[in-house]
Amino acid sequence: MNQDFEIPDSLTAFEPTPDSIKPLVMIRTDLADQYTTVAGPIGDLYVGFTSLGVTSIVPTSDESMFLDVHAGTVGRPAYRAEELPSRLGNLLLQSFDTGKLGKLPVDLRQLSAFQREVLNVTAGIPPGEVRPYGWVAREMGNTGAVRAVGSALGRNPVPIVIPCHRVVRSDGAVGSYAFGPLMKKTLLEHEGMSSELFEPGSLQYVGSDTTDVFCFPTCRNARRIVASHRMVFRTPQRAIDAGYRPCKVCRPG
Amino acid sequence: MTVTQGVLNRRLAGDLDRAFPDFVTEMQGLVFNGARRWLPARQDAEDVTQEVFVKAYRALQSYPEERVVDLALRPWLFTITLNLCRNHARTRGRRPNQVALGRTDAPGPEATEQSAIETVTVDEWRVRLGRLTARQRDTIVLRHVVGLTYDEIAEVVGRPAGTVKSDVHRGLERLRTIMITEETT
Repeated sequence: MNQDFEIPDSLTAFEPTPDSIKPLVMIRTDLADQYTTVAGPIGDLYVGFTSLGVTSIVPTSDESMFLDVHAGTVGRPAYRAEELPSRLGNLLLQSFDTGKLGKLPVDLRQLSAFQREVLNVTAGIPPGEVRPYGWVAREMGNTGAVRAVGSALGRNPVPIVIPCHRVVRSDGAVGSYAFGPLMKKTLLEHEGMSSELFEPGSLQYVGSDTTDVFCFPTCRNARRIVASHRMVFRTPQRAIDAGYRPCKVCRPG
Repeated sequence: MTVTQGVLNRRLAGDLDRAFPDFVTEMQGLVFNGARRWLPARQDAEDVTQEVFVKAYRALQSYPEERVVDLALRPWLFTITLNLCRNHARTRGRRPNQVALGRTDAPGPEATEQSAIETVTVDEWRVRLGRLTARQRDTIVLRHVVGLTYDEIAEVVGRPAGTVKSDVHRGLERLRTIMITEETT
């Protein structure tokens, strides 16, 4: 009569786990991103983010294109969100308005130290100005790394807020852009650069014969030089030979 | 996909961020079904399951590699689960915002019907289990729902395996009485 109680199957029956649990865990541990759309300076954008900051920006209104680019540059799963957290949203709009990264946090964990340093230097180029790829390499103290700089910028996960569009070829031509050279030109024009400044052969160095300082032509100091005191040099070396020193703001050579 | 404990330990120790999603996939059903027997509402079980894995991730991040390799993952995870279920009354109301999730496959009508039956069954058993002592209920769930061994349960509840065994046994006897009473009334 003292028979063991037989465990009913219904006691051990498994209820299916709700589909939402894993994505929410992934989001809360920053192992997955969320994304949403926002209005950017030249059209709609998709923006990816984690609790650590913005992780990707893709100038498109095509969701599947965003997901492809995000998978390629970030590599984490991404789930759609209603909107950006308000603080992040405000800082992003501020960044668009000022043309500077400012206090906007970016989450670039997946990048190498070299890639991060390229983006760090690039973030310092002011709106309305451009610098050659070689300048970024030189600022990093690695003059030989011009090609590596180019490919790091080509894989910039957060374009626009880290202004890889402000890095151009050494002859002044706009060069390539992940979203096409036309968009690069449009972004530069939006920042007030006139289109003749980024035609091939346009990159000359500009000096002032009152201060004996020479600059990149788009440097804010160069733009202040009046026509009567404006000197043009083809290379930094020619300017130095003529007794000029490089500008401390744009550091042209 | 089933990964053996040893392999999963080494993967979590070697590359936590890559291995952790698989760890969640493998364990979430156990944690959720355990929590369903311990907590009054389904939503509570969902919240706690989420919380368990967030806590587990942060702990794994902080442990040195050797500790992760040697960690008895299931008892460790259910120590966290049981603690969070016990504390749930206190953490209520701090529920994180729900997000709209794209690309979530909606279950078909059959799957929905099937899981509705299971939800009712689980709720019935939760009520019966609620009539046992906490020790009996916790050990029965860990043994017969989650499927831990007596040694693993001993680690979770901090009592000898022999005591755990008799808690389970007495609890099952009591459940039998409860069911006989249900049938005759």
